[in-house]
Amino acid sequence: MLTIKNGVNKKKKIHSDGVFTVVNYIILFMIFIIVAYPLVYVISASFSSSDAIIQGRVKLLPVDFSLAGYEAVFSNKSVWMGYANSFFYMIVGTTLNVITTIMIAYPLTRKDLIGRKLVIGMLLFTMLFNAGLIPNYLTIDYLGLMDKRLVMILPKLLNPFNVIITMTYFKQTIPKELLEASIIDGCDNFKFITKIVVPLSKSIIAVISLYYAVAHWNAYFDAMLYLKSVALRPLQLVLRDILIQNQMSAEMMSTMDPDSLQVQENLAVLLKYSLIIIASIPLMILYPFVQKHFVKGVMIGSVKG
Amino acid sequence: MKNCKMKNWRKSMKKNWQLYVLLIIPVAYLLVFRFAPMLGLQIVFKDFKARLGIFGSPWCDPAFKYFIKFFNDYNFVSIIKNTLVLSIYGLIAGFPLPIILALSLHYTRQKMIKKTIQMITYAPYFISVVVIVGLLRQFFQVRGGFVNQMIQILGFESIDFFANASSFPHMYVWSGIWQGIGFGSIIYIAALAGVDPSLHEAAVVDGATKLQRIRHIDIPSIMPTAVTLLILSTGQILNIGFEKVLLMQNSINTVASEVISTYVYKTSFESPVPQYSYSTAINLFQSLIGIILILIVNKIAQKYSESSLF
Repeated sequence: MLTIKNGVNKKKKIHSDGVFTVVNYIILFMIFIIVAYPLVYVISASFSSSDAIIQGRVKLLPVDFSLAGYEAVFSNKSVWMGYANSFFYMIVGTTLNVITTIMIAYPLTRKDLIGRKLVIGMLLFTMLFNAGLIPNYLTIDYLGLMDKRLVMILPKLLNPFNVIITMTYFKQTIPKELLEASIIDGCDNFKFITKIVVPLSKSIIAVISLYYAVAHWNAYFDAMLYLKSVALRPLQLVLRDILIQNQMSAEMMSTMDPDSLQVQENLAVLLKYSLIIIASIPLMILYPFVQKHFVKGVMIGSVKG
Repeated sequence: MKNCKMKNWRKSMKKNWQLYVLLIIPVAYLLVFRFAPMLGLQIVFKDFKARLGIFGSPWCDPAFKYFIKFFNDYNFVSIIKNTLVLSIYGLIAGFPLPIILALSLHYTRQKMIKKTIQMITYAPYFISVVVIVGLLRQFFQVRGGFVNQMIQILGFESIDFFANASSFPHMYVWSGIWQGIGFGSIIYIAALAGVDPSLHEAAVVDGATKLQRIRHIDIPSIMPTAVTLLILSTGQILNIGFEKVLLMQNSINTVASEVISTYVYKTSFESPVPQYSYSTAINLFQSLIGIILILIVNKIAQKYSESSLF
């Protein structure tokens, strides 16, 4: 009796697990299509002819392959300038961010540091409470940072969230014994950090570098508030003008050699797709390299500690 | 006792002076860029005049003048409502999906499939808001936008989504989910990987199906992570993705898209007469509600699920 019942149970189980697996693949496939399709569409559209896009002939792969959109984007000066500025803000900003983050995160993991609780309290408080738009704006103004390159870097020197995940990572991966042993070997704190802590923390450094880099590359609001000079503007502001406010420079249109208003409008659509691709490429290249560190870095960091 | 403490101080300073040196720049940063602006918050009780500065401007009478003005603002009800609709809609729709994706990936054997799907679903997270809104504009265009093309294929009239206030919340929320689902799942994937395998083994011996194992083992195991994230996002309820809303806004959809933070921006930077005191008061109101919400949800979480933020 018992064996029969078990048999039935097993059959039922195998059957329902089979259903589960099928349903699971269906769910995954649907999510995959929904996320991937717009991405593929943009890429294909950027390599198609503008007529094909407007007439809706682009479905999955490029139709009437053309590089007209890219030619127009590449010949545009403001795009290049935005690109150069964004790279500058990203590289200088991220480097300083990572150094400063380590400078605060490591000391805060040392239990023998007096005043540690106070600094941690300050950090947590800034995570919960921010003075807000106007007081920040006025502070930047008082400090004389308006319309300076530094305004894209200094106010974002530290992100408390990244400090916390870095601290948690240090706590979990750098055993106390290591410090004790190094001190006996005549290592001081500076040496310990540069020779031992940093090399052991490659994953978390990779992860926070990516977070900071993404924030710098994608920043547009600060730039909009604080930068007035066109020469300092990052790519995102240039993008906003073209993608959202539909402000195409005359220069850009002339390289497209428009015959009529209609053709011009169609080309504008194509240009937007190419611009979207070009603006997103740097991070898309960067993130697969960091991806393998994600689980280790993010996981350890996000366990509350 | 006090003497002893002083001695410890000195000893620690001497031993760890390098650590204190390292802290100088980060702490200076916190003080200058995070705490100093808080002094500026006093302008909510002042009639701020740029000419007189924060400290020179006269105190206003009554003290809560700008808060009262906000509560009586004819936009008050609609911006609070819009803010709540957008964020609660986003919270409810966006919360379970990363968990579902994480579970799906967790139960997928094929490494190739798993890797590919992770790779693709993370990608949108790295796209900037400007580009996301640019994409939305292209896709939802009346002429040539691919969403309208599909609608036409299905035999309906094309719709001008951006000139339609009722479609604003859906576009806002679902584009956010599209962008965040993959990245949001990472933390759950990691939590699932940390589940004690012996629990699953025991369940398999007892004849549990995969669905039962998910319900009785996996879900309870990732609950603490989920609760923590939920608490954090509740605090953000009034703090809705400001940049994206601002970029998506136009004169037609403001009925549904004007939220607290865009209103703050407008009263100070887009109005002919900048009202710094007024917009700071609105901003402060928003932050305080956010903190109160976090504390309440945290208390509730403590009581019912034993996992909390602090």
